[in-house]
Amino acid sequence: MRKTFLFFKVFIVLFVCLGLFGCASVPKGFLKIDEKSLEKRQLQMRQYDTTNEEQIITSVAGVLQDLSFTLDESESELGLISASKAASAVNGGQVALAVVADMLGALGGSYSNNVSRADKEQRVKASVIARPSLDGRKIVVRVTFQRIVWNMNGQINRVETVNDPEMYQKFYDGLSKAIFLEAQKI
Amino acid sequence: MSNSRRYASFMAVLFLGFFMCGCATTAVKALETSESQVKLRSMQTRSFDTADKKRMMQTVISTMQDLDFVIDKADLTLGSITGSKYLGYAIVTMTVTVRPRGEKQLLVRANAQYGVTSVDDPATYQDFFVALEKALFLTAQQVD
Repeated sequence: MRKTFLFFKVFIVLFVCLGLFGCASVPKGFLKIDEKSLEKRQLQMRQYDTTNEEQIITSVAGVLQDLSFTLDESESELGLISASKAASAVNGGQVALAVVADMLGALGGSYSNNVSRADKEQRVKASVIARPSLDGRKIVVRVTFQRIVWNMNGQINRVETVNDPEMYQKFYDGLSKAIFLEAQKI
Repeated sequence: MSNSRRYASFMAVLFLGFFMCGCATTAVKALETSESQVKLRSMQTRSFDTADKKRMMQTVISTMQDLDFVIDKADLTLGSITGSKYLGYAIVTMTVTVRPRGEKQLLVRANAQYGVTSVDDPATYQDFFVALEKALFLTAQQVD
């Protein structure tokens, strides 16, 4: 009799917990602007000394193609281009660590499969806005990147905004080249 | 013992029942909202004293980018902008529409989804409009 009651208690607690998580509520404040937004602007924005918005936006499309993105959507009047690409997300170090962890687990007599949880694929999304600066004498370009990472099991490991400066640097290096190439009609 | 067993099966059925009803998703439920239409509109909409639709849309885009959104779609004619934000464990999608109200004003409406849940918290939308106000140097006015 006692045992059944204990079983019930566990049962109820478990279900209440599951219920609470299952219908998780929306957190507050995710549309609040934070202090880091200025920093991010510097990372994501560049100005170009031209008033030819069309030239910039075609160069942006060109550089996205150079980086093997495919264009998903565009609205030239607003200077918007959004694009995406799939890429490998396999990280040698991460896989090696997972293998070592699995082997240690096996030695200890337990079964674990960390390798299957290691990153495998990613889908990177980019969106670029080119618009005239406030004084109208320059074109301001701003790019933002996001990615979804899947593991070896095909489950989503994480979704995130990419804040790696190298990524932005690569894009703008490419853009500067593309603007030059297009000016030379290459 | 038979009494407690009956109690056990009763509880099991009860909990199963809760689970099936609690988070059930049927086709009709997809169109359900927790707030009234009027209330939703009032928390999601603000008017601004400007008639420059293009500039407003560009400011909305840069505000959304400040908030870590990646812009997926935009249309100047419709005045709509859709973006998504990846939070590490959930995806937030938001659509903002800009349309004229009379000759001198613009109505801006934002609606957001957090994962599979519609956002119906007035404070969250207020946060967005505060950010937009700052970017625009204009005051957002509550629409009745």
